[in-house]
Amino acid sequence: MLAKRIIPCLDVTDGRVVKGVNFVELKDAGDPVEIARRYNEAGADELTFLDITATSDNRDLILHIIEAVASEVFIPLTVGGGVRTVADVQRLLNAGADKVGINTSAVLNPQLVKDAADRYGSQCIVVAIDSKRVGDHWEVFTHGGRTATGLDAVEWAKKMAQLGAGELLLTSMDRDGTKSGFDLELTRAISDAVDIPIIASGGVGNLQHLVDGIREGHADAVLAASIFHFGEYGVDEAKRYMKQHGIEVRL
Amino acid sequence: MSADIAVVDYGMGNLRSVSKAIEHVAPAMTVVVTSDPAVIAQAGRVVFPGQGAAPDCMREIDARGLRQVIIDAAHSKPFLGICMGMQVLFEHSEEGDTTCLGLLPGTVQRFPAEAMFDAEGNKLKVPHMGWNNVHQTAAHPLWAGIEEGERFYFVHSYFVQPDSPDLIAGFSHYPFPFTCAVATGNIFAVQFHPEKSQNAGMALLGNFVTWNPGEGEAACDMSGAACA
Repeated sequence: MLAKRIIPCLDVTDGRVVKGVNFVELKDAGDPVEIARRYNEAGADELTFLDITATSDNRDLILHIIEAVASEVFIPLTVGGGVRTVADVQRLLNAGADKVGINTSAVLNPQLVKDAADRYGSQCIVVAIDSKRVGDHWEVFTHGGRTATGLDAVEWAKKMAQLGAGELLLTSMDRDGTKSGFDLELTRAISDAVDIPIIASGGVGNLQHLVDGIREGHADAVLAASIFHFGEYGVDEAKRYMKQHGIEVRL
Repeated sequence: MSADIAVVDYGMGNLRSVSKAIEHVAPAMTVVVTSDPAVIAQAGRVVFPGQGAAPDCMREIDARGLRQVIIDAAHSKPFLGICMGMQVLFEHSEEGDTTCLGLLPGTVQRFPAEAMFDAEGNKLKVPHMGWNNVHQTAAHPLWAGIEEGERFYFVHSYFVQPDSPDLIAGFSHYPFPFTCAVATGNIFAVQFHPEKSQNAGMALLGNFVTWNPGEGEAACDMSGAACA
């Protein structure tokens, strides 16, 4: 039976893994290659790297990191952050990424999703959707959650699937960093609206939240960062917990 | 000098992961990613990967003049098909109503929307993406050291249906059983991605780079012992 996936996420800036605490202060969480190696050994099903480097000067650092990780970690690697063109997609794939995440640029230029999927296949195009509840629905935000788009998140998810996204990484901006669990209603609304797999993200504070994301949120995979980085829980521990709660995992 | 292993590049997706994984299991061998028919013809072993859509794959194979050298390699040397590189070995794909290489009898079909529900009635997503159990239906040198039911990483929306069960080397469930590995002569082909399947995947690739098809039979012939 197909296993539900656990995906640790590494936010990388200037060659280091960092984690924002309360959205402002960035705390150093270590060397990305070393962390990737550790998660792989603990049974991570995939790894996601989010390049949050602010200046273009240091953009190439992520390529060297991906090259180093891809030479020794043989599980799917997703890389996102600052992807604007098909050439950016190609650069990341050539460095060893298996999937590329597109977020803000998908909103500014939806054709990029189609062009990249046509060129490299849907299986390597992950569209990241940052969403916030606004009134009785959810709206898509860009630029790390700072810019409202007016787009309805469920409709946007359907459109991205139609254009060729192979998977959606759905982050609740309301929950991100709160440790209060995924926005299950949002996750379920989008997962049920599209045929492609959904990765739930934003808000994980304990292992029960991972179980809820799959059971209640109908997610196909769950992504978390801080609970793994600071050693609160191990990836292997998370998988055992999910298995005890009746979820199919790869152990 | 001819390459030990040629990874066929016909412009369909990213072959970096495949070549890196093979270099990892065969550090002493020369691995080349190539679209040059002469290099493929001279290589000791051939890996035939592929991502994307079947019509594009067939078009790109022909645009590069690779059809004959792929067919020749599949007949003459250890040959590993991966994902789309497995599907296009068959006769026909439902994807874009595409005539494929026809090396293996059978067809390629899409996961049918009406069947995609689990036992509890929940909708199953297509593509079939993630780690699923692979059940070995026949002993084969490429399964050596890999546990029955081991999980491999999949990502695909179409699956192969061989005409003869004799071709099947492994199957998986989503939600019904489908063929995910086939073997005949010096061809072994898999729907999943060994290059992304961690230890199990590295074991399979390691088995491939040392596999000598036909050696078992030859040894049997010489000893005169009956081969079961």
